[in-house]
Amino acid sequence: MWNQRIFEVLMEMDLLQRFEAYVASEKKIEPKDWMPDAYRRTLVRQISQHAHSEVVGMLPEGNWISRAPSLKRKAILMAKVQDEAGHGLYLYSACETLGVRRDDTIRDLHSGKAKYSSIFNYPTLNWADIGAIGWLVDGAAIMNQVPICKCSYGPYARAMVRVCKEESFHQRQGFQIMMTMAGGTAEQKAMAQDALNRWWWPSIMMFGPPDQDSPNSAQSMAWNIKRFSNDELRQKFIDLTVPQADLIGLTVPDADLKWNAETGHYEHGPIDWDEFKRVVAGHGPCNKERLEARRKAWDDGAWVRDAARAHAEKRASRKSDSNTAAA
Amino acid sequence: MEHKQWPLWEIFIRSRQGLSHRHVGSLHAADAEMAVENARDVYTRRQEGASIWVVPASAITASSPDEKDVLFDPADDKVYRHPTFYDLPDEVKNM
Ligand SMILES: [Fe+2]
Ligand SMILES: [Fe+2]
Repeated sequence: MWNQRIFEVLMEMDLLQRFEAYVASEKKIEPKDWMPDAYRRTLVRQISQHAHSEVVGMLPEGNWISRAPSLKRKAILMAKVQDEAGHGLYLYSACETLGVRRDDTIRDLHSGKAKYSSIFNYPTLNWADIGAIGWLVDGAAIMNQVPICKCSYGPYARAMVRVCKEESFHQRQGFQIMMTMAGGTAEQKAMAQDALNRWWWPSIMMFGPPDQDSPNSAQSMAWNIKRFSNDELRQKFIDLTVPQADLIGLTVPDADLKWNAETGHYEHGPIDWDEFKRVVAGHGPCNKERLEARRKAWDDGAWVRDAARAHAEKRASRKSDSNTAAA
Repeated sequence: MEHKQWPLWEIFIRSRQGLSHRHVGSLHAADAEMAVENARDVYTRRQEGASIWVVPASAITASSPDEKDVLFDPADDKVYRHPTFYDLPDEVKNM
């Protein structure tokens, strides 16, 4: 009895060692391969949160589709929001390969058990916010997502390749909105500046807590799920974005921001992590509204899902009846 | 009423004539027709497809990763199946 148990533990240890060596050599894990439970759990949590973020992220932008300033802008925004729906679906499908039911994943969002990116708990007050979201929020998302294209879990990496291909238009259309407004009337420029003021800090919080407060990062790095630390990605984003703001004559709302010629990086002021924690804990400006909108969409769609299913079953049974009759 | 999930479909796309269909992911749909329509919206928003196959995920039989060695290792020591195994005189230019 005891010998059997010891044997199993040794087998597991051996599997774990082989798994870690395999992953460390940049090879991919596919759905049916053996993987440690903690690896599976980490991926389910991360991929489902990622999927939820894509889907909840449609809400703040969807808010402006009917009020876009021109037909062209409306068509572009619709295409972008539709892409985000697609991203959610690629990711839900990747998550399902780990053995979780789609409905359960969605239930966890609705119950508040699963999180989504807290950036989507901020409101979109005017059209300039749509520009700021594309430029900053999609920009930060790209920075986070590009390294995941090389993640050790095959289905997640492949989903990310698709997502990243589609994201670059998202950021460009946002930057173009900001550029147009910043070059417009004084009032339009003020709107663009105001949107930048409100979205800047939440955007740089999208990279997550500072490295010293991010305890799970080391394990994710060892498993090649994560490639760069939160602070590294945040720094990259700031270095890239500040010159873009300068270019269109807008000012990044950080009084302490300064270029360090020695390090070749911008230094930024303190980030209000208390605000971040408040929003993650559910006390942001729109948390309640976002979750209610998702739950309502799910509940209101229930009869459609049931009817489509009943219709499909009826047709299938009719088909098999007529097959039997013909035989 | 407890909702039953729509079945899962695996989606294969031929990106253009002349290439074979390739697996791109999966989605849920009530029936095959809906799966094709959804696959169009989810996987071909940028003309990535010229043709779509949808297959019920439950209809796929896959080899198991545990059999990897048994199935694929026998090919390991058959280097003579590759053209590089054969040394030819330099005079033979194209073969
Ligand atoms: Fe996205
Ligand atoms: Fe996006």
